[in-house]
Amino acid sequence: MQPDATPLLSVDNLEVHFPIRAGVLQRQVGAVKAVDGVSFSLNRGETLSLVGESGCGKSTTGLALMGLVKPTGGQVRFDGQEIKGFNRSALKSYRRRMQIVFQDPFSSLNPRQRVKDIIRAPLDVHRIGTRAERDDRVAELMQRVGLRPDQADNFAHQFSGGQRQRIGIARALALNPDVIVCDEPVSALDVSVQAQILNLLSDLQRDLGVSYLSISHDLGVVEFISHRVAVMYLGKIVEIAPKTKIFASPGHPYTELLMRSAPSRDPRKRHSFSATNDDIPSATRKPSGCPFNPRCPLATDICRRDEPALTPRDDGALVACHHR
Amino acid sequence: MSETKTGTQASVLAVSDLEIEIRGAQGSFAVVSDMSFSVHAGETLCIVGESGCGKSMTALSLLRLLPDAASISRGKILIDGEDFLAMNQRQTEDFRGEKIAMIFQEPLTALNPVLRIGEQIAESVRQHRKCSHKEADQRAVEVLRMVQMPDPERRTTQFPHELSGGMRQRAMIALALACDPKIIIADEPTTALDVTIQAQILGLISDLQKRLGTAQILITHDLGVVSEVADRVIVMYAGRKVEEASIYDLFDRPFHPYTIGLMGAVPGSGASSQNGDRLADIAGTVPPLWDLPKGCAFAPRCPGASARCLEERPPFTEKRPGHWAACWEHDNAA
Repeated sequence: MQPDATPLLSVDNLEVHFPIRAGVLQRQVGAVKAVDGVSFSLNRGETLSLVGESGCGKSTTGLALMGLVKPTGGQVRFDGQEIKGFNRSALKSYRRRMQIVFQDPFSSLNPRQRVKDIIRAPLDVHRIGTRAERDDRVAELMQRVGLRPDQADNFAHQFSGGQRQRIGIARALALNPDVIVCDEPVSALDVSVQAQILNLLSDLQRDLGVSYLSISHDLGVVEFISHRVAVMYLGKIVEIAPKTKIFASPGHPYTELLMRSAPSRDPRKRHSFSATNDDIPSATRKPSGCPFNPRCPLATDICRRDEPALTPRDDGALVACHHR
Repeated sequence: MSETKTGTQASVLAVSDLEIEIRGAQGSFAVVSDMSFSVHAGETLCIVGESGCGKSMTALSLLRLLPDAASISRGKILIDGEDFLAMNQRQTEDFRGEKIAMIFQEPLTALNPVLRIGEQIAESVRQHRKCSHKEADQRAVEVLRMVQMPDPERRTTQFPHELSGGMRQRAMIALALACDPKIIIADEPTTALDVTIQAQILGLISDLQKRLGTAQILITHDLGVVSEVADRVIVMYAGRKVEEASIYDLFDRPFHPYTIGLMGAVPGSGASSQNGDRLADIAGTVPPLWDLPKGCAFAPRCPGASARCLEERPPFTEKRPGHWAACWEHDNAA
């Protein structure tokens, strides 16, 4: 299905800074700018992927949007309404419409609860329907995600990794949300099972029109499920573009590096990877100017001095680079 | 039934009929069975499979580093022509590092956290070679330079936690190379790394092999890594080899339904859910090793399984020249 054009979720200049404290008085001596001015929008029925390497802030962005980490700045609008202050009351109704599926299906399900109670929990919290209606809904959800409803009394440990991820998805679907944040939903799974879950996510989107904010480091997964892709580096978005565009002609030099680093699928087209050490700087000591400048082949003085803004290009991409 | 296939070169490592057993709550059961393979100098053999297929157990057994609950219950491991399993503790320790060395997945847990990088490497050198402390220290700097560690002299005085993930993996590789081993076993060497760092480490591993001519066994779950570095590939499922072929034969014409399934399941070959594409998933899950089906272990998940597949385990046979598989299916594609 084609995404609708009015943004369902719009994020403007989101910031999550964690204080660094030191000394006896635990005074703040600095900040880790995990998410540092991130803006994007998500349309109905659309999948936007946040891509990047460890420490780029993609997961923190997802958690902040769920209110699981409190943003230190910026604005989030959901269906035209601003989520003010991310306090309990503002979050409650918003969370009915926005859910999350976590990466690790082993630690994100309560081991002491039966599957039916895990999936029911959101219905109980929001007091939806009668007891019998909730039970029916659990059975329906289990079927929907490919679990047998007769397994409802089992505990999470009685399921394989892939099945547990299905339980997590059923729980996220319970309230009929408009948006599901998928934080690396398949990275803990084996490939054959990963494919089952990716197919399920794409079926659910087609049938229910749900939007996904997918967080992933795996370009193969990103290519399969996204409509649009946002590439993050050290807390910033360096490029946002439609999926087909970004894979065909990446705009930012970092996007290019990412694409070039992905292993080939064809042994006849091996890369000649450079063995030279070229590390990602830590988020506590960000370079001045463009965050990517120390690793960038195009970097010049302006890149070391001024941080480039995300600006639109003719081909529909937004790129933050002085030279592209 | 199982046999060793090599080209004209002599193999530096030859494994035959290896069986590894685990004593667990379910009783004793084999986690690896009928494993036979060999590698020769300069060759990279990849062993690929999903969690629980026995690939890491196979790797650990090659250094006799199996966990306490596991043991080699059958088979032979010849390293440079010598029977490794017949050796006593001291001879085994001499062989490790000197002839065969290992690169682990997670350098942060594999390196000693309280020893400086230089000391760890020098210690290994001194154990295997009669040399002075000074010579051992020099060797440490030399191997760190070989793995293109930036500022190698300074790194020797640093602790593992002071290095980034990529640099730690370089230090691990340097440690493995310190005594010029003939065989290097790498167990998921890039799995814990980010993709741009993975590319650097894969580049490094290929460069070093070209220069040093080491035989290499790389254990991985990632067909992309296989496609980048392998000369020959073994695909494992539920503790057994299901397919073995040269890298080109395997990628051009995979034979076993499991291999075919795996290749179709990896996203990233242009498939897109927006175009209505679906990934070729493999239904079901891997059976527990203590309760394997009677016939072919893959039969319950196999789209082409016949009655025979459910009853009898298929032998590992040569389906096409140099291309082996354990499947009752004949070569229809030929």
